[in-house]
Amino acid sequence: MKLTLEDKSVFEGESFGASVSVAGEVVFATGMTGYVESLSDPSYAGQILVCTYPLIGNYGVPERRFFESAKAQVAGLVVGEYSKKYSHAKAKESLGEWLKHWRVPALTGVDTREITKTLRTRGVMLGHLSEGKEYLGFYNPNTENLVARVSCKKKIAYGKGKRVIVVVDCGIKENILRSLSRSGITLIRVPWDYDFTNEKYNGLVISNGPGNPEACVPTIAHIKKAFESGKPILGVCLGVQLLALAAGAKTYKLPFGHRSQNQPCLDLAKSLRDREASFPRCYITSQNHGYAVDEKTLPKGWSVWFKNANDGSVEGIRHKKFPWRAVQFHPEASPGPTDTMWIFHNFLEEIMNL
Amino acid sequence: MSKSNIQKVLLLGSGGLKIGQAGEFDYSGSQAIKALKEEGAKVILMNPNIATVQTDYHLADKVYFLPLTEEWATRVIEKERPDGILLGFGGQTALNLGLALEENEVLKKYQVRVLGTPVSTIRNTEDRDLFTKRLKEIGVKTAKSYAVRGIKEAVLAADRLGYPVMMRSGFALGGQGSGVTRTRKELSAKATEAFSITSQILIEEYLEGWKEVEYEVVRDGADNCIVVCNMENLDPMGIHTGESMVVAPSQTLSNEEYHRLREIAIRTIRHLGVVGECNIQYALHPQSGDYRVIEVNARLSRSSALASKATGYPLAFIAAKLALGHTLPELKNAVTKTTTACFEPALDYLVLKMPRWDLSKFENAASHIGTEMKSVGEVMAIGRSFEEVLQKAIRMLSIGADGFTAHRSGNFHIEQYMKEIKEPTPRRIFAIAQALSLGVSVKKIHHLSRIDLWFLEKMKHIIQVEERVKKEKITAELLREAKQNGFSDSQIAVLTKSTEKKVRALRKYLRVFPSVKQIDTLAGEFPAKTNYLYLTYHGMAHDIVRDKKGVMVLGSGPYCIGSSVEFDWSNVQVLKTLKAHKYQTIMINSNPETVSTDYDMSDRLYFEELTLERVLDIAEFERPIGAVVSTGGQIPNNLALSLHRNGVRILGTHPEDIDRAENRQTFSKLLDNLGIDQPMWAELTTRKKAILTAERLGYPVLVRPSYVLSGSAMSVAFDRESLVKFLQRAADVSTDHPIVISKFIENAREIEIDGVASCGELVIYAITEHVENAGTHSGDATVVLPPQRTYLETIRRAKGITKSIIKELRITGPFNIQFLAKENHLQVIECNVRASRSFPFVSKVTGYNFIDIATRALLGKHVKGEYRTVDLDYVAVKSPQFSYSRIKGADPLSYVEMASTGEVACFGDSYAEALLKSMLAAGFRLPKKHILVSLGKEENKVKLLPSLRKLSSLGFDFFATEHTADFLRENSVVCEKVYKIHTKRNPNVSNLLSHGKLDLIINIPAVPLARESNDGFVIRRMAVDLNIPLITNRQLAEAFIIALAEIKERGFHAKSLDEYV
Repeated sequence: MKLTLEDKSVFEGESFGASVSVAGEVVFATGMTGYVESLSDPSYAGQILVCTYPLIGNYGVPERRFFESAKAQVAGLVVGEYSKKYSHAKAKESLGEWLKHWRVPALTGVDTREITKTLRTRGVMLGHLSEGKEYLGFYNPNTENLVARVSCKKKIAYGKGKRVIVVVDCGIKENILRSLSRSGITLIRVPWDYDFTNEKYNGLVISNGPGNPEACVPTIAHIKKAFESGKPILGVCLGVQLLALAAGAKTYKLPFGHRSQNQPCLDLAKSLRDREASFPRCYITSQNHGYAVDEKTLPKGWSVWFKNANDGSVEGIRHKKFPWRAVQFHPEASPGPTDTMWIFHNFLEEIMNL
Repeated sequence: MSKSNIQKVLLLGSGGLKIGQAGEFDYSGSQAIKALKEEGAKVILMNPNIATVQTDYHLADKVYFLPLTEEWATRVIEKERPDGILLGFGGQTALNLGLALEENEVLKKYQVRVLGTPVSTIRNTEDRDLFTKRLKEIGVKTAKSYAVRGIKEAVLAADRLGYPVMMRSGFALGGQGSGVTRTRKELSAKATEAFSITSQILIEEYLEGWKEVEYEVVRDGADNCIVVCNMENLDPMGIHTGESMVVAPSQTLSNEEYHRLREIAIRTIRHLGVVGECNIQYALHPQSGDYRVIEVNARLSRSSALASKATGYPLAFIAAKLALGHTLPELKNAVTKTTTACFEPALDYLVLKMPRWDLSKFENAASHIGTEMKSVGEVMAIGRSFEEVLQKAIRMLSIGADGFTAHRSGNFHIEQYMKEIKEPTPRRIFAIAQALSLGVSVKKIHHLSRIDLWFLEKMKHIIQVEERVKKEKITAELLREAKQNGFSDSQIAVLTKSTEKKVRALRKYLRVFPSVKQIDTLAGEFPAKTNYLYLTYHGMAHDIVRDKKGVMVLGSGPYCIGSSVEFDWSNVQVLKTLKAHKYQTIMINSNPETVSTDYDMSDRLYFEELTLERVLDIAEFERPIGAVVSTGGQIPNNLALSLHRNGVRILGTHPEDIDRAENRQTFSKLLDNLGIDQPMWAELTTRKKAILTAERLGYPVLVRPSYVLSGSAMSVAFDRESLVKFLQRAADVSTDHPIVISKFIENAREIEIDGVASCGELVIYAITEHVENAGTHSGDATVVLPPQRTYLETIRRAKGITKSIIKELRITGPFNIQFLAKENHLQVIECNVRASRSFPFVSKVTGYNFIDIATRALLGKHVKGEYRTVDLDYVAVKSPQFSYSRIKGADPLSYVEMASTGEVACFGDSYAEALLKSMLAAGFRLPKKHILVSLGKEENKVKLLPSLRKLSSLGFDFFATEHTADFLRENSVVCEKVYKIHTKRNPNVSNLLSHGKLDLIINIPAVPLARESNDGFVIRRMAVDLNIPLITNRQLAEAFIIALAEIKERGFHAKSLDEYV
């Protein structure tokens, strides 16, 4: 099996997933653990994921409840060395078996650092994984409405609490739902284009999801409408981009995105709040996004909440008056560090205290 | 100006290298000094370890070579009046000293602020009871444990937990005094021993077979907290992490486990209030995922040095900056220089650390490994598959193993391999290899060793590849697969019955090459101009291109007995001089405890094997101007000739000439031709001839078999009986493994010349003399500079001999020659055409950097000049640092085989002052009242009598064993007679020892170097186990007593290096 990139570079190795060919956008992620969580993250829909950490599959694949969605979501997987023999008490099957089950092709035995360097210099590229000589054209998943593909198809309710949170599923990672679940709260998970503004709810959460945020036209419209009620809003990942678009700001595509578990984000609001502490507060966050909010286009009333300590890109926004805020990173972690779990806790506190 | 307005900082070093506390603290101290200097703070360094980089001229503002004790630290504080002190960069020694200074209000009195982690936090991490309590407050689980202060309490606690239990002693480095106990009896015995060095021990639940995982955590004063690295021990709980193979990042932890433990680490460190760096260790249950926090080290540690080298994140440097009040987000990532230091490195490779043991240097030492640390060094291998790093790491150990399997030497065949898997020894990895190749299942091995199946499967894979290489035709594909699985050319040669040279040629013909990859801390996410490199066969392209031609410097490899931080010091000096002369530098080393492998020491750092194959790979890629092989000890020195024959230019002395000095036969002939005397010797191929030769030379003789299975290689035979015993131990005596017998000269003194030559002419030299007579290994000897007892005539002759040897060998660069002196007659016993262990000592004492001069000589620069090295206004003494308390069962008697793990050196206005300071710095304590004297042999008694009289007149009380007591009384020295242990009569030596009344034991064996197991051994061993100062050498005893008398009158002075030199 081989990986072919837009710039015609070819990386040949062995197949360890499904024997199918696939085309998509090739991205790299630098996390050293958490392949099950990443592969089942709907935000990766349409993408061929290259893991920079070379040894993948070591601890197998656990049961369903550890996934971020019901299945393997990536279009394809590329690793340095797949570990055929896995070892973990919670493992149910090997990564190869699991990928075969979900018909995801996977490539091992290639120099993933070299691929990463190529993507880093050229920017994200299209590519395909293929067996033999068959020709496969390139396909850009961002031209498709990926969110529509991965969002739930109908409304689902969880819990029996008095306070209600509407969660717009644009391809949600299930750990967001787990993080929001607590007694006293009902979660209503709705499809991406569902008009939730007529629902009775106390708070609104807009989830992560794949692709270009501009494709989510109906969601943006509903958020705009939700602003009128002034109820608390929390956006995560794609959610921050949708919130920004609804507020009138713009988004843009990053050259090669942030896909890692070690992104440092500065909390600007904390520094503002705490005049005494002129010290910067920085969190290590888990990220997976190709688009970002353009700071210059943020309208009046909004401020930057978090900033990436490395490249200065917007990592969170909040409204100066209304309880609306969103983050570009993943406070629910999974995979990655759990340092910003407090964002959910604070949001839930707010809902409970309404 | 530093953020915290600190202007003068006292930095405490770690002292002499010992087991559990090695070169890693040179790395951390040196980085701390750099960080402090960058902040404009003045640095006062206190560290008697003269072989370190941190104690160099022009690094710290002032250096004190003084004992790291409360008394001396107080003197320094009183004199220097620093406003801040750093406790976290000198290991457990510095931490304990800091705690003592705080407790006794020295810091308060002189208003010295503890920078970084507060003392209260350190106490909370060091006192097990407090620790457990503090962690309980935030719901973090620790091993169920009871802190006890007496034997009874200990037994009670163990009964409550149920056996087996784990015993740990508080305030200890490297797990000293800890261990598993399975019965009440065993517990009482171990607890008694532990209570001799500590007042509190812990009885804990025993977590056998749980995974052992570590996290390195950094926190700043503003509560920002990051985890720089996590590591997984291959050897699970029950084997000390210093004794374990350790992999980073963890391999068998799921995301949930990894981040659950990470979150607990951060929660714990925040709650404890660490500022700077710390290490947290966990036990993780392999099935349930339940965990226990084992310990927190609120300081830089061996693990943090490893984490630093594994990730490229300069932990010590950052920790020092945080201690001065900086926050993480303000600091830059030193590797990328553009991104922030507030991040967690992402690795796109893995590293494996392997410990290096040297237990065979100790007669009778227990060979199994467990909860106490015994290893003396370590290596770190970097690669992109586990198989690759495992085989690389084993080769890096430099123990003659070619990898996991397929060795050229037969030494790695383990007779009882299943037993050594179950009851681990330093050879366990080879026992596993053997079991796997004999078809033992991984399940079975897992059951015995508790090593995770994942690692064992990878090991099995190596054996599978081995089988294929043995059986199949070697194609490019198979060759690449073998290389990707870490096989070296020489292993492949063994398997295919070829030679390393032929395999290398075939590999090149088939175009199977390694790739050079960078370590950039971000897994390639951002471009980085990093110079930190490794080679792998899992790559299709190099990360870098060949740069300007540079000079390649070969490092020292792992620390072991006889090769330690002093060679790293030399290498660092070479790099500095090369840099000063605008040369590109290429450093190759495999040891994570070094300064030479710091990110800012060379232009290109290859963290790689020091094997011919790998050095050639690098040389072929870099095409250097030349290689420096004369400053890294024996490993690079041994490569000189083969590198030369493969076209690598060796700087300095011609490799053929190095070989002439190394080869016993040719060197001996050379001396004969020059008319230089040497002890008679012969090389023999049968046991019978060996005995005949010994008889001809006359006993005692020095016996050196070239092949032994266990026990030390070198011995002294005093008669036929002992010779036969030693010969039996030699596994093989043949033409392949000859035995060397040489005349052992008694009552001779030893002197050494360290120097630099250029084109066969002497440039600079320093002459040192040993306090102990010949027979004590030069590495274990107490060394004096300038010489105090050597005749000028002897010095002149030694210099003359040196000049003629240098000329004959056409030496350019550093060298060392060792002499035996008896009256005025000199014999040459050894010549090394490389820097010796004493180079940092002679450089710092004379004020001339010998390595700088040597490096300039290597580069062909003009180095002639006037150097004054004999007539000095002060005296310096270097003392060995032993680690006998770690090596259970070993006889703490100096011997022809080196046993010390480190050294210290101190200066004085007189010989007496320098000697006593130096002994104190090596852990000796001055006696107050009670001294036990036990002298074998009439000669020892007679010769020591005047000294003992002097001691007696100074008011010391003597206890003496039977004959010694009779002798003293006959000579009217008052003493109390005690009976030898085996007599069971009272008063008995053993009672005396265990009552803790003794301040000093002088035990001189009747037959020096004989190592018989008798009362003497028991006394010496108990002295070590009960932490009672011990002197076993007559010359040292004499020197010590004279010095003690002198100092009683004149007193000590705390002076810094610049006040002397």
